[in-house]
Amino acid sequence: MYLPMTHLRQLEAESIHIFREVAAEFENPVMLYSIGKDSSVMLRLALKAFYPAKPPFPLMHIDTTWKFKEMITFRDQMAAEYGFDLLVHTNQEGVSQGINPFEHGSALYTDIMKTEGLKQGLDKYKFDAAFGGARRDEEKSRAKERIFSFRSEQHRWDPKNQRPELWNLYNTRIRQGESIRVFPISNWTELDIWQYIHLEQIPIVPLYYAKERPVVERDGMLILLDDDRMELKQGEQVQMKSVRFRTLGCYPLTGAVESTAATLPEIIQEMLLTKTSERQGRLIDHDQAGSMEKKKQEGYF
Amino acid sequence: MAHQSDMIRSDIYAYLKSQEEKGMLRFITCGSVDDGKSTLIGRLLWDSKMIFEDQLAALEADSKRIGTQSGAIDYALLLDGLQAEREQGITIDVAYRYFSTDKRKFIVADTPGHEQYTRNMVTGASTASVAVILIDARKGVLTQTRRHSFLVSLVGIRHVVLAINKMDLVEYTASRFHAIREEYEAFAKELSFSEVVAIPISALQGDNVLLHSDSMPWYHGPTLMEYLETIDVCDESVSKPFRMPIQWVSRPNLDFRGFCGTIASGSIRPGDQVVVAGSGITSKVARIVTMGSDLEHGQAGQSITLTMEDEIDISRGDLLSDPQSRPNCADQFEAHIVWMHEEPLLPGRSYLLKNGTSTLQVQVSSLKHKINVNTLQREPGKTLALNEIGVCNLALAKPIAVDPYRENRATGSFILIDRLTYATVGAGMIDFALRRATNIHWHQSQVSPKVRAGLKDQHPCVIWLTGLSGSGKSTIASALEQRLCEMGKHTMLLDGDNIRHGLNKDLGFTDVDRVENIRRIGEVAKLMVDAGLIVIAAFISPYRAEREMVRGLLSDESFFEIYVNTPLQECERRDAKGLYKKARSGQLPNFTGISSPYEEPTVPALRIDTSKTGVDQAVCLITDLCIKH
Repeated sequence: MYLPMTHLRQLEAESIHIFREVAAEFENPVMLYSIGKDSSVMLRLALKAFYPAKPPFPLMHIDTTWKFKEMITFRDQMAAEYGFDLLVHTNQEGVSQGINPFEHGSALYTDIMKTEGLKQGLDKYKFDAAFGGARRDEEKSRAKERIFSFRSEQHRWDPKNQRPELWNLYNTRIRQGESIRVFPISNWTELDIWQYIHLEQIPIVPLYYAKERPVVERDGMLILLDDDRMELKQGEQVQMKSVRFRTLGCYPLTGAVESTAATLPEIIQEMLLTKTSERQGRLIDHDQAGSMEKKKQEGYF
Repeated sequence: MAHQSDMIRSDIYAYLKSQEEKGMLRFITCGSVDDGKSTLIGRLLWDSKMIFEDQLAALEADSKRIGTQSGAIDYALLLDGLQAEREQGITIDVAYRYFSTDKRKFIVADTPGHEQYTRNMVTGASTASVAVILIDARKGVLTQTRRHSFLVSLVGIRHVVLAINKMDLVEYTASRFHAIREEYEAFAKELSFSEVVAIPISALQGDNVLLHSDSMPWYHGPTLMEYLETIDVCDESVSKPFRMPIQWVSRPNLDFRGFCGTIASGSIRPGDQVVVAGSGITSKVARIVTMGSDLEHGQAGQSITLTMEDEIDISRGDLLSDPQSRPNCADQFEAHIVWMHEEPLLPGRSYLLKNGTSTLQVQVSSLKHKINVNTLQREPGKTLALNEIGVCNLALAKPIAVDPYRENRATGSFILIDRLTYATVGAGMIDFALRRATNIHWHQSQVSPKVRAGLKDQHPCVIWLTGLSGSGKSTIASALEQRLCEMGKHTMLLDGDNIRHGLNKDLGFTDVDRVENIRRIGEVAKLMVDAGLIVIAAFISPYRAEREMVRGLLSDESFFEIYVNTPLQECERRDAKGLYKKARSGQLPNFTGISSPYEEPTVPALRIDTSKTGVDQAVCLITDLCIKH
């Protein structure tokens, strides 16, 4: 009698279900907003879940102070346009110690500015549930992550002590001080995300589109010269290249790819014809084998 | 990745348009380590071009370093997610894999074939509509094939692919394939599958996985991928009666009251009658609201918001249903339970049950029998251990609206949650509602508990003394009762030993019996409180869960937990009944404090250490707390 639902509508319905379940069962949820394409999809799903009401939770951005400038502009635009409460948290201790990705290495920097910053932000507002935009297809250790990922009082993730998830019945009970990270787009792949952005015409940060930008080649990656805090090493030269970003994070750790894809279909076309996977552009995964798993245990998303 | 690369290259817009119509299928793969399950999934990912070059490079390196294919590509390594497992070469959990072809997106639940198989398989199967059961062509139908099939059937999967793998190792012979297929079909008759499709494959060589095999011209059926791309599973929930558990009530302003939820089964249109199962209130659907535009109809799987024509009271936990085909409302039912935790299921203990969007207290009132997953035979049992399956009767704190699981997976399923640790300890599938619940109506007496208490001019309550044997509970209890009598109070003393001589003389000291012991005492104490009495209960009551259960029977102001926390050495030194001596010498098994645990109260109303506090003083402390309260 009816047509079967398309894969995107099934994924969408599942995500909406998860958003509502958290809103109903937790006292103080928050949505972590990382400004990237996955966050843009999350934002759209949250709006859909509660329409015509506003989503009953704020957005929180953990600002490492090293994000691309265009990301910050986009973030403020989105919050204003949709009337979200936006909380921005920065690890001030890290800032006063002068922790930066150039001198301290990606591992230490990520630990202090991202992982610690995140824990501080969650503790500060006593959030008991935090939505994140992680997907299971991103990395091997995430394939076994639950949608409702249980965290101890120290925000730790214990891969051996997770709750089984059956049907769409999520166990949302936690004790005082414990919390849950919730990943509503767990079952989406990178291709699903792009197709959905296309289908729904969802706004994304312009850095995803190719444009002539000033870049420096360093450690085999093209790094955008986003501000004057980046000092050139000997022999390095600033070049103007048509580049875009496949993932967004801190500019000194995020490699650009050379591209001419300036529209959404062209981006998808390029992605489908390309030969390297998405996280390749991120420095933190290459540090050591199983590095994502270690970071997760310590409280990184 | 390069599916449909020509179209992607030449006309990306046409490609995107065609992708928007794509469907989705969730399936589970079952088989043991040696059946080539990981190789099959790796092959599906590989053949559908879901492996990137950097992943391939990592795979080649890993294959040389820790692979089991003597240096050749080991597809299994693509799938092992966690470092611990990679090193030990085991998979300990359910992992989800994603791949997609031009026709469908697939989500594969990949579960291990050995350790924790029951828990993990049931978890993975709960969201799947198709199961791929792998058989090694050399070995045929094994015990574990039967076990996997039983679990798949238990969880309500109706479509099964019997992937008879490693055909290359039996010279691709048709006779071997048919023999295995026939043997399996004979066995599977007892299970509730609607379809079993046998496909001869070689995951390693790629025969009949994506493309038809040249080596098996005698096989004319679909390849595995052809089957997965075309099998129709969507009807199953859409054609059933309408059900929607209410998740969230949306009230952005006084003019809008929307009921949000995911349609569990059936379909709905504006103007349709719906009933709130349980309360029996009916109304008509006014609008189906989604962002963008209202819908003409909604169907199973969609997350929607409904508005009603009448102002009716609906809240989270209610089940909106088709009035022509209503669910069962009951507070007792029979269910299959799969136990998922190291701590065993104890009948009589109170757990939380989550079904749809409602969570409430439940007790397993009896374990009728266990099911041995290897023999499929019934076995007697008093508890369920991790990975065991039992058929149980359950009693809920109040009625809920449910359907039998075989009729509706969404409204007939539940999880069980431990009330103290909040761990997910069990998964359940409802067989049927028990009629006894609906036929016994609560008798409303003309004289209320309040009236009875008023006549006695007292505030009835339970004073619950817990602690080790020999800690001084009974001594305090007896002195307390005497003191209360002098004050003109009406009391009743319930003492461990005395109760065990009468009401509970059929119970021993195992975990199961201890739980039942306290459950009965709790119910008796509650009746006495309703009668207007001050009940003094002195029981070791070693488990927190049961003390919490008794607390749950009563109001906050009528339950006082007194922890008599005299140290173990002191209790043992006193040893008035000589029990510690016996326990130490091994003559008395399951003795609290020696060979059986005591779980301390977290927030007792009082702590009394009788090695420091005298009986009179203890009595004063308790009367101050409970009577002058």
